[in-house]
Amino acid sequence: MAQKTVLRKPKGFMDVYKHKPGTEKDRTHYCPGCGHGILHKLIAEALEDFAVIDKTILISPVGCSVFAYYYFDTGNFQAAHGRAPAVGTAVSRANPDSIVISYQGDGDLAAIGGNNILQAANRGENMVVFFVNNAIYGMTGGQMAPTTLEGQKTTTTPYGRNPLSDGYPMQMCELLNQLTAPVYITRTSLHDMANIRKTRQAVRKAIRYASEKKGFSFVEVLSMCPSGWKMDAVRAQQWIKEKMIPRFPLMVLRDNAENTGPIERPVPVLDPEEVKKVLGYDTFETTGFKKRPGTMFRKVALRVAGFGGQGIMSTGIALANVGMKYGYNVSWLPSYGPEMRGGTANCSVKIQEDSIGAAECTEPNMVIAMNQPSLEKFEKLLVPDGILIYNSTLIDVEPSRKDIRVCPVPITGIADELGDTRVQSMVSVGAFAAVTGMFDPEEIKSLMPTLFAGKSEKVRKLNEEAVQKGYDHVKRNF
Amino acid sequence: MNKQWEYPYPEIDPDICKGCKLCVAACPKNVLVISSKLNSKGFHYSEYVGEGCIGCGNCFYVCPEPSAVTVYLRNYVEGEVS
Repeated sequence: MAQKTVLRKPKGFMDVYKHKPGTEKDRTHYCPGCGHGILHKLIAEALEDFAVIDKTILISPVGCSVFAYYYFDTGNFQAAHGRAPAVGTAVSRANPDSIVISYQGDGDLAAIGGNNILQAANRGENMVVFFVNNAIYGMTGGQMAPTTLEGQKTTTTPYGRNPLSDGYPMQMCELLNQLTAPVYITRTSLHDMANIRKTRQAVRKAIRYASEKKGFSFVEVLSMCPSGWKMDAVRAQQWIKEKMIPRFPLMVLRDNAENTGPIERPVPVLDPEEVKKVLGYDTFETTGFKKRPGTMFRKVALRVAGFGGQGIMSTGIALANVGMKYGYNVSWLPSYGPEMRGGTANCSVKIQEDSIGAAECTEPNMVIAMNQPSLEKFEKLLVPDGILIYNSTLIDVEPSRKDIRVCPVPITGIADELGDTRVQSMVSVGAFAAVTGMFDPEEIKSLMPTLFAGKSEKVRKLNEEAVQKGYDHVKRNF
Repeated sequence: MNKQWEYPYPEIDPDICKGCKLCVAACPKNVLVISSKLNSKGFHYSEYVGEGCIGCGNCFYVCPEPSAVTVYLRNYVEGEVS
């Protein structure tokens, strides 16, 4: 690069701040002596010098620098409070060749966005984060920020920040330095010319790393807020030197870029056919069976309920899959507690000619209850004349309602006789087929390779038998 | 018309300057002063005394207002793009 002969407003800025409302489109909104302007200028200069203005996307935060998009002649986003690293992640992933800059203040980055920055840094997103630390919430009128110093008076700590009630200043560089992924972490200051020039070097280095796709760079800049600190700009620079630097020591905490190659992330699978293949649905035709004439139901709203582990969910999924094969519209909606086994579980299944609105069955016309508590709970929901299939092996109390049709099936007992209680779900499926007359047991059996994809032939045979037993039991007894 | 500047000098836009005095404090030669006059925003703006600038660029880099300070360095040729 040729030696500069003139220092003037860098090209990284707009010529005229045309997006800024009002008449003063030739100047920033910042207070006199604000550190933001200095850092803005260093960034804009670096973007111009590296000729990357057109491939840079800047994420503005919430805070005084919320309007950074008025000034920078780059691509611009403005993110919700603290979310700039998340927005930056999306921008960077969608445009891997762009230079993403997240520009944030201390309230934005260290308070509400604390976890956002940690996660983005931990993923080593290819972006630069400029963290302007002025130890105060400037925009909102000088309240205590996470980086406010011990004893510092703000509008919300009028007696000074007391660590016993308000905690200690958060050192974000040191926090991020615990993570493996970041390549460059540094803390600089704007309190005198030597340090402004050091900041300039850090800004240029970070932007260069981003253009070389080195990963995550974090530049913390101690900056003055003359209005919030209630002092003039020159005194504010002194204050940084005397008060802030002892708490926030200036140093390069990490610079690993030399040992880091350009980051190439795995390309996500977005092709619908590929997704189907991964889920094992590439060979599954959603139609194929002829609907059986004379079925009792145009519309099945089924609730299957029981203990977790009783095959509640698999019954629901199997029925929905079979229904789909017959050309019905189907839905399946699980509902269970945090535990995988032993808790209560239930699912809603809809199988019908019409299109489905809500997937949840609040007024089921059919219930399969696998245990006593489920019977008590879901019996009440049944519509009059609805059908209740219950597991008579585990339930020895008669259902209390008289306006419904009941169909006790020893589901667990049948499964146990077959040698594996886990096939209860297929006994239920068989019983359902017999009660409704919607499905043919032979056709259900022909779907075993799909329903039990990846399972052994023995397991499939056992389940086929279970379907038949459940079907036969209902046919024989009712 | 090309014109070679023999000496470097700063140019401060009196209307954009917010009078924060950072440049006055940063100038190693003390050739910037705060004017007794007010600009249209009511700030006492910073101005160059007219000689003594060495073209160090401090005032440019310390100024928070992007377009307030321009520094013409020794070998600047007018009309040239830097």
